[in-house]
Amino acid sequence: MTVERFPIEAGHILLFARAIGDPNPIYADPDTAVAPPTFVQASAQFDPDYSLRPKPGQPWMGSAKEPSQLAGGRDEGGSGGSRSGGTGLHAEQHYEYHRPLRPGDVLSATSRPGETWEREGKRGGKMTFSENIIEYRDQKGELVVTARSVGVRTGQVVA
Amino acid sequence: MGLSAAKVKVGDTHEQVLVDDLTRTQLVMYAGASGDYNPLHSDELYAREQAGYPGVFAHGMLTMGMTGRAVTDLVGADRLKKYGGRFRVQVWPGDTLTATVTVDAVRDEGGEHLVDLSVVTVNQKGEQVFTGNATALIDA
Repeated sequence: MTVERFPIEAGHILLFARAIGDPNPIYADPDTAVAPPTFVQASAQFDPDYSLRPKPGQPWMGSAKEPSQLAGGRDEGGSGGSRSGGTGLHAEQHYEYHRPLRPGDVLSATSRPGETWEREGKRGGKMTFSENIIEYRDQKGELVVTARSVGVRTGQVVA
Repeated sequence: MGLSAAKVKVGDTHEQVLVDDLTRTQLVMYAGASGDYNPLHSDELYAREQAGYPGVFAHGMLTMGMTGRAVTDLVGADRLKKYGGRFRVQVWPGDTLTATVTVDAVRDEGGEHLVDLSVVTVNQKGEQVFTGNATALIDA
């Protein structure tokens, strides 16, 4: 994932705070707003190629007349999933904050893969874990947030 | 506004209900705000018939975001240095989630006053859905 321009906007912070059920008035006032702890996840909105957003004229894995006309859509881990096969899920997420983010900041994000490892799971068969590290920088090029996610792919549906 | 070092002790806990009877509509709100439109979280037909789940379930990041509120309510919204954790089991519509934040350490590092916290979010059955840690700046 590469995001060239992720503007931190007061209205977006308000909508995000509502979505996580956080009524803290700090998020509703553009003069006091800071980004909630997990807000950089919303950089997906500014990734033109983000796979988990429907795009006009392109097939989408979700339902319309039928559950899905498409075999093997993408799933939460972002890398394939189908009815009979396993599924990808978000296993861990870690953030390091170098400073608070406020409306007016304009970030860019670059990601790189981290480690990959395997483990036998109790419920899901063989589990494959993979790390992804995203660095968010401000318009001066200063590192503001480092995000490390761990995704897991399982051999069967886990629920 | 942050926590004052004089007012925080190792072992202090702060418990907070994050959501009571989670709605599918809130999953849609989170999809719209975050930009993660994975139909596993909003499309019941897809989640059941195509993906093979009992139904839609919450984005892990919604649970982590809601849990973050318990941390920022305690330390202040602009005080976090670190926040992270693991998604343990899925969160489903109808779930009620409660977070408990515990003070693990109060320390100084590089001229900053810091508090280390652990956080556990459980559902109405007492199952841990998210476990994590946070470090925040506090006032002298």
